[in-house]
Amino acid sequence: MTVTNSNGNADSATATITRAVPRVKTLKELAAQEEREKRFQGGHSLCAGCSIPVMVRSVLNTIDIPVVVVNATGCLEVATTRYPTTAWNVPWLHVAFENAAAAASGVEVAFRVLKRKGRTAQELGFELPGEVRVVVFGGDGGTYDIGLQALSGALERGHRFTYICYDNEAYMNTGNQRSGATPPLAHTTTTPVGRESLGKLQQRKDLTEIAVAHHVPYVAQASISHWQDLVRKVEAALRADGPSFLNVLAPCQRGWGYEPCLTVEIARLAVETRFWPLYEVVEGEYRLNALPKKPKPVSEWLKTQKRFAHLLKPENRHLLDELQLQVDREWEKLLRRCEGRVLEV
Amino acid sequence: MAKKVLMGNHAVSYGARLSRVEVIAAYPITPQTQVVEELAEMCAWGDLNAKFIKVESEHSAMAACIGASATGARAFTATSSQGLLLMHEMLHWAAGARLPIVMANINRALAPPWSIWSEQTDSLAQRDTGWLQFYCESNQEVLDTTIQAFKISERVLLPAMIILDAFFLSHTYEPVEVPAQEAVDEFLPPYKPPLKLDVDDPHAFGALVGPDGYYEFRYNIQKAFEEAQRAIIEVGEEFGERFGRAYGLVEPFYVDDAEVVLVTSSTITSTARAVIKERRARGERVGLLKIRVFRPFPFEAVREMLLGVPKVAVIDRNLSLGHHGIFHAELKSALYGQRNAPAVFGFVAGLGGRDVTPRTIHQILDIVGSQEEPDRDVYWIGLKAKAEEGQPAGNGRKQRQRVKA
Repeated sequence: MTVTNSNGNADSATATITRAVPRVKTLKELAAQEEREKRFQGGHSLCAGCSIPVMVRSVLNTIDIPVVVVNATGCLEVATTRYPTTAWNVPWLHVAFENAAAAASGVEVAFRVLKRKGRTAQELGFELPGEVRVVVFGGDGGTYDIGLQALSGALERGHRFTYICYDNEAYMNTGNQRSGATPPLAHTTTTPVGRESLGKLQQRKDLTEIAVAHHVPYVAQASISHWQDLVRKVEAALRADGPSFLNVLAPCQRGWGYEPCLTVEIARLAVETRFWPLYEVVEGEYRLNALPKKPKPVSEWLKTQKRFAHLLKPENRHLLDELQLQVDREWEKLLRRCEGRVLEV
Repeated sequence: MAKKVLMGNHAVSYGARLSRVEVIAAYPITPQTQVVEELAEMCAWGDLNAKFIKVESEHSAMAACIGASATGARAFTATSSQGLLLMHEMLHWAAGARLPIVMANINRALAPPWSIWSEQTDSLAQRDTGWLQFYCESNQEVLDTTIQAFKISERVLLPAMIILDAFFLSHTYEPVEVPAQEAVDEFLPPYKPPLKLDVDDPHAFGALVGPDGYYEFRYNIQKAFEEAQRAIIEVGEEFGERFGRAYGLVEPFYVDDAEVVLVTSSTITSTARAVIKERRARGERVGLLKIRVFRPFPFEAVREMLLGVPKVAVIDRNLSLGHHGIFHAELKSALYGQRNAPAVFGFVAGLGGRDVTPRTIHQILDIVGSQEEPDRDVYWIGLKAKAEEGQPAGNGRKQRQRVKA
């Protein structure tokens, strides 16, 4: 881990950062963590090469206190709880598509009030845990779009919960329709490339920034490709005294159009091309978590996926340039916000 | 026990407080606001040991209640009209998940045209969501029903809706007996959830169920509604023994020898009761049947009361557009094909909060008295003349002319 500030000096700012962030775990430690109690089991019906279970397992295995999971409708929900089976070894609640954050609010408050009232095991018929974490998983459809209001409300109310968006950049559960997270010019089944169309013609919503605007203690952008970074962010999120939000890039081999074995590699390329910067915002302070030494052009990432195939045609060169310009612009903006604070894993 | 003068909305809050609700999640809407304001005060002063989640919408209010109830807390909310409609999806969810959430709904007309006044169509549009529905006539009944609703819901694992008329009850002050907390505690023990988010015994709630299982889930809910009929009767009787006010599915008034029986719900009942009294004094054989519980629909009770009565007139402050008044339609379905079934007249009255006065009730009784059978599907009472000609009534027409000019 390197911690530097704008001057490159280890000063008080660095010390603050070190205090606020959990220690980065070694790969060995992470491997041991995976061997522990399996809070999320195999046997579910998510696709081969799907990044979502990778992310869920990493997240749950990082938490060593009792957890309740609230899950928005989506791939993860539908593929992991086909009655009478479940892949979850933790209490799990699904309450529709658009309101996972609202349902989580109720769960979080109920645990607090039951505890405060000192409701006994005899009264309740079960022992209340001393401490419990409410973790929400929702896809980009359930978070960027239909669930945005419920998320915003729950963030604003300050519930102590961690919302994790697995962003696969479209409505993948229903077969790849565009969402507010779909990047410009991507082909989806509702923004098909055709004689009169070049894919999605609009920008992507910056959900991470929307979460930051709620002034919550911890917001981060992560990727399934950066395991140590993701695990550290989960730990930081759980420590936050209030709501925390993680936006995790989660490639979808079916929707994006690549070989299932390339999931992690493609997620990594998104970071290395600066399409998906890794950063965190702790109590309003931005820190960059990946500073690619030799950033690759965004075309390196786009060309791995069928949804962008049309952009590689010579006649669409200008579109590719435009996309690169956008990525550069966003990167510069982020650098300015970070003011030189870099915390790389 | 203490007597207080309470508005209907505060009767709801007192009922919730006496029931020791633990999580409240609500969003303000006229004419419900005093319910949640009073509960917020109770929480603020420590009179109620609960958490009030001030959610950002009614949809989230119900979602949060679902989360809280699934965790094992006694959950409560209140809403009205547009708010109830926004909740619709979650209403099905609460019932399907078998969570004993209790909600008060203040009956208010639906827009457009924009209205804040009383009408039952908002709650009746939720009749297929799997909620128990109680239509209250007085503030006392509101308070008493709130307490009973928790006991009934927690026994049969179905959510319950307590329903009261906008303004006619919600904002009207009446003397209300407020039972002592200890007495209510004896009647309503703490909620012991059979299903909950238990970290020591984890289960998944809201799973995907294929055609091989869904059918049985629905059958079980239907069975719970049958059990709810018994629960409502037993809990209503027990309440009567403890507090001196018994409740049932329906409430008859001079039905036994009646030649004409009015069927009503909510506050129209009180007005109708006064008219029936007056006509009885004149020697007319008229009676009244109040329907208190709309879900489960009291088929047996209604048949027991009405079979053999020559004529029945249903007054609906609600309308299923393109069909009939909703109590009217459902009552006919309960009586259809039965021996000695009465002729059933359907009257739509008081939509959008228009007063249903003794005069309106007299008009209805006069119409029913003058003919053996209804000569139309639905009778509209007090319709303004312009509307009857197919024109918008009153100032609607004037506005149009102004626009033209």
